Amino acid sequence: MRTDDLVHALSADNHAARSTIERRFTLAAAIGFVISAGLFWMTMGPRADIASAVLTVRFDLKIVEALLLSATAIALILRLARPGASTNLQIIVLAAAPVLLAAGVITELAVVPAGLWQTKLVGSNSLICMTAIPLLSLPLLGALLLALRDGAPTSRGTAGAAAGLVAGGLAAALYATQCIDDSPLFVATWYPIAIGAVTILGALLGRRLLRW
Amino acid sequence: MSQRDTGWADLMRAANSGDAESYERLLREIAAALRPQVRRGLARAGRSDADIEDVVQEVLLAVHLKRHTWDNARPIEPWVRAIAHYKLVDALRRRDGNFDLPIDDFSATLAAEEEGPAVSGREIDRHLERLPPGQRAAVLAIAVEGASITQAAEQLNMTAGAVRVALHRGLAAVAKSLGKD
Repeated sequence: MRTDDLVHALSADNHAARSTIERRFTLAAAIGFVISAGLFWMTMGPRADIASAVLTVRFDLKIVEALLLSATAIALILRLARPGASTNLQIIVLAAAPVLLAAGVITELAVVPAGLWQTKLVGSNSLICMTAIPLLSLPLLGALLLALRDGAPTSRGTAGAAAGLVAGGLAAALYATQCIDDSPLFVATWYPIAIGAVTILGALLGRRLLRW
Repeated sequence: MSQRDTGWADLMRAANSGDAESYERLLREIAAALRPQVRRGLARAGRSDADIEDVVQEVLLAVHLKRHTWDNARPIEPWVRAIAHYKLVDALRRRDGNFDLPIDDFSATLAAEEEGPAVSGREIDRHLERLPPGQRAAVLAIAVEGASITQAAEQLNMTAGAVRVALHRGLAAVAKSLGKD
């Protein structure tokens, strides 16, 4: 086919611009979150003392960290879905949640006697934490990867990994409302393992599914 | 922002509000600007010039199908170039196994090459053969015979809406199967 002919066909196929990338991702994240939240509600639900827990700094901190991670990763995804868009700033900002977590750990080490560190770190729920977060993240990861297929990610693995971070972060926020281990020592030990697994899964799936 | 970028961005904005003529002009300008870059990329991979037009056409299809990923507040040329780089690397990898192209060498802006209207590729025709008959007929009538949507609808005894859908699906299917080969 002559390139001129192709151009003619493409311009005949030019109709009104489709919805924006931002709108699609917001929709995908919302749908994924509703499904994950529904699953969470049916299987676990928030802890019984949630009303008093939200009044404690440690509980609020873990929720804020998880949401902050998701928000910064969404900002990164929106760039990764557009060819040629710079991602430097978004990658730096991605450090916000880990930095906040590190600050929480340092404070915790300062205020909690050394003898209790290990108990706080081990907690009572680490296995559930590492199972629940990846499972709850799957609907979110699926919805985000689907939305990414509409984009044009030139680094498929990285885009998939960012989707994993968003999904893992939101799933962690859900799970955190159930988990009774609020110490930053627990959060910093187990949550990254769970979210990291989702991130690796996202990268692997992204490489395969995000070709365009 | 370069003069070319401003021009392309204006054309794309006009295209997004339904101006087919601006869109056609934009795609022609992009094709002309891509040829030297694709030529150099292929030469660097030790490949002949024979595939230039196939890669250019694959990039044009991608630009078309992914045009909603251009943020109209940002320069358009880096967006086009990133798509071209992605598609060229993909095309080379598909044919040669592994190949990594340094992006810096590719990103230099070169003057557009003037080419005659006869420039053609072969890949799209090969993939068109695999399309369902309705889609293939719509694409061929509009592309090769130069028909408008209305003319194609009369000729194929379809509604204009059905031709539009068939054309769009046909182009998307060709782009997808080009990427798989």
